Amino acid sequence: MNKQTLIDYILHLADTTLILSQRNSEWCAHGPILEQDIAITNISLDLLGQSRYLYQYAAALLNESADKTNIHSEDSLAYMRTEREFKNLLLTELPKGDWAQTVLRQFLFSVYQYLLFEQLQKSKDEQLAAIAQKSIKETTYHLKWSSDWVIRLGDGTDESHARMNKAIEMLWEYTGELFIPVDYEIESAKEGIGTDTASLKQHWIQKVKDVFEEATLQFPKDRFMQTGGKQGTHTENLGYMLAEMQSLQRTYPGAEW
Amino acid sequence: MPDTSKQKILSILDEVCDPEIPVLTISDLGIIRELIIHGEEIEIVITPTYSGCPAMDAISMDIRLKLIEHGYKKVKITSVLSPAWTTDWMSADGKRKLKEYGIAPPGNRSDEASDRLPACPQCNSTNTKLLSQFGSTACKALYQCNDCKEPFDYFKCH
Repeated sequence: MNKQTLIDYILHLADTTLILSQRNSEWCAHGPILEQDIAITNISLDLLGQSRYLYQYAAALLNESADKTNIHSEDSLAYMRTEREFKNLLLTELPKGDWAQTVLRQFLFSVYQYLLFEQLQKSKDEQLAAIAQKSIKETTYHLKWSSDWVIRLGDGTDESHARMNKAIEMLWEYTGELFIPVDYEIESAKEGIGTDTASLKQHWIQKVKDVFEEATLQFPKDRFMQTGGKQGTHTENLGYMLAEMQSLQRTYPGAEW
Repeated sequence: MPDTSKQKILSILDEVCDPEIPVLTISDLGIIRELIIHGEEIEIVITPTYSGCPAMDAISMDIRLKLIEHGYKKVKITSVLSPAWTTDWMSADGKRKLKEYGIAPPGNRSDEASDRLPACPQCNSTNTKLLSQFGSTACKALYQCNDCKEPFDYFKCH
């Protein structure tokens, strides 16, 4: 497998966690109650930490190249790449919406991330395996917390139940992409480095069904699924988000606190 | 030339505390994984607690400053992820200090399956309830004692 394929795979994982972290962080000081404001921002911080390990690893691999004029770092990868270069899952870039959409997205993602890290812990790539072993402990909390919230809102009041149904309607078509691997995923899985995400699908459906049942929510029927995020074709949301997130480094390149 | 024996350096590292929970030293936390002496250069290998924990950057800086203060000029700090940090590496002394400070210490990971509730650090009652899985820092959860009514932090078993 060539090195660029591995770098693309790592960047896909890094971008996905960074973008979800950034979205969740929009709740900072706007959470429904103090404890949950703290919870969602803590999750955000965990995801940011995970993306930092991945960007640092990708930067180290990029810096092995003979071209010494362009030195990469975790910051340059997060702040200086364009929308079309980002390989995050579409699900993570969607607006935070209301609390129902935020907790549902976190739940759908955490189930996926847990299954992914469970496999990635066995990666032949030692650094990816170490990152997965470290991160899965945090994902376990995210999954527990978000499952509780899906159940609480689904099996709550008429209003909260209706909002969860609306959230499912809005997010569902972005879940298909999780299990449709692109070239760098297929190649890295073949080498025993990455994970074949298609193989996670049945486990994911089962876990989501179990929680939906407890939450008195209907598991949706098959429908059209959006794809493209992993290859840089995004919804309009990502551009606005990056414009804000990257504005300082683009205006004052290399600025530090 | 300062004393470069491991014993001496480890005793200096005992003076470095967690910036968020100042009763714990970094040795109590179990984040020092290795100490390597290359002549005059001291290499400290540490492992992060939680991925996004902002205290990690502060701790690296504090280690460096503390060693410089004691005359060690060449200090290298490296971070390893594997094996992943666990609260099982926290010292017994650290757990005792946490409780005295008002934070319920983590149980052992092997006991966690039983879903035992942490005992109240104030009155020792085990009649407690979870208020929030996420507390003021990534490593803590918020509980309340049903007997003495005191809310308290629990250092999560990780």
